[in-house]
Amino acid sequence: MCLAVPGKIVSIDDQDSVMRMGKVSFGGIIKNVNLAYVAEAGVGDWVIVHAGFALNKLDESEALQVFEYLQQIGDLEPE
Amino acid sequence: MKYVEEYRDPEAVHKISEEIHRITRGSWNVMEVCGGQTHAIMKYGIEELLPKSITMLHGPGCPVCVTPVELIDKAIAIAAQPGVIFCSFGDMLRVPGTQRDLLAVKASGGDVRMVYSPLDALNIARECPYLQVVFFAIGFETTAPANAMAVYQARQYGIDNFSVLVSQVLIPPAIELLLNAPQTQISAFLAPGHVCSIIGYEAFESIAAQYHTPIVVTGFEPVDILSGILHCIQQLESGRAVVENQYSRAVQRQGNPAALKMMNEVYIVSDRKWRGIGFIPRSGLTLSDKYAAYDAERCFGAVSYSDEVATVCISGTILQGIKKPRDCPAFGNTCTPENPLGATMVSSEGACAAYYAYAAHM
Repeated sequence: MCLAVPGKIVSIDDQDSVMRMGKVSFGGIIKNVNLAYVAEAGVGDWVIVHAGFALNKLDESEALQVFEYLQQIGDLEPE
Repeated sequence: MKYVEEYRDPEAVHKISEEIHRITRGSWNVMEVCGGQTHAIMKYGIEELLPKSITMLHGPGCPVCVTPVELIDKAIAIAAQPGVIFCSFGDMLRVPGTQRDLLAVKASGGDVRMVYSPLDALNIARECPYLQVVFFAIGFETTAPANAMAVYQARQYGIDNFSVLVSQVLIPPAIELLLNAPQTQISAFLAPGHVCSIIGYEAFESIAAQYHTPIVVTGFEPVDILSGILHCIQQLESGRAVVENQYSRAVQRQGNPAALKMMNEVYIVSDRKWRGIGFIPRSGLTLSDKYAAYDAERCFGAVSYSDEVATVCISGTILQGIKKPRDCPAFGNTCTPENPLGATMVSSEGACAAYYAYAAHM
């Protein structure tokens, strides 16, 4: 139910701040998404989307932290 | 970054699993609160990657599961009325009421529609001004801002043939209830990442301190869930109990202020009944007076709640992490996803349904 999926903003229509809408690509599938709750997000940013709404902008440097932490535990085996 | 594949990397998964094995000394029970995480844990076989001394408990975080049967019966009664278009997320359509489910209403001629977003339901209301459009506004804090926005826009644009049947519940009061239970066995929590993307995690800090229980905000992919468990075990083994944020790519401490503002505009906090548990004080949301005209209970009559009827089903104790699905004599016998007896079997995110789908023969 609380499933939310990451997608990349490809365009924004912000004529109306309440209805700030955008097109978001989910691996090539484009959907209209309400961007009213992520005023700071722009084209090219990744957002996490639930029930037609972007919940938050995804932060790439934070995203990489999980893997940096793994490096600290011990080096990942190379392929 | 694609924000998905990286978090399913087998090498990373094994590395974290090894680290958990290396540091674990005690026996610990870690509860994932969210049904989406329960589903992922079963789907990816994450319990198989943990030491035997770590037990995963599956919490009450499936809004479909905990929606009271009285509300589902109300939804069915509204949907069966002529002149009504009843809109719902797909998960709710197959959940049985006392007599039948919403799909059965549709099969007998009712106008029941599955929508992806509450704004889709609002658009239907805009396009069909002579019909009453009712949206089943269920969910936790993740869904509340979306549902709130639909009500806000209905008022803003004067769409008066739109109303919502509200079943909004809140996670922090449920966590406190679980920790207050005398028979609680929970050592630590994985807090639900998407709920926290809205509310942040300040509310959990006092809970972690008061009950001396680690709480780790956690995402939904295998690397996320195992990292969340690793953080819990690190805290438990060193005697710490604080809130940590494993899902920092999507969650900030203060949550999403714009979404919280909209929730506060449209809703007030209220008592709510949880299927399988009963009433929990201040554990849900109801439309504020300003938006009461959009409350389906005002338009179609209020829901009357009764006490839970005792059956063989033990879903209440499963939701609270006291028992596991296989402790129930009905599991997989008289209780299946086709004919569920209780809360934890009614949705694919319920613990019993997840066990049935992925671990029935283990």
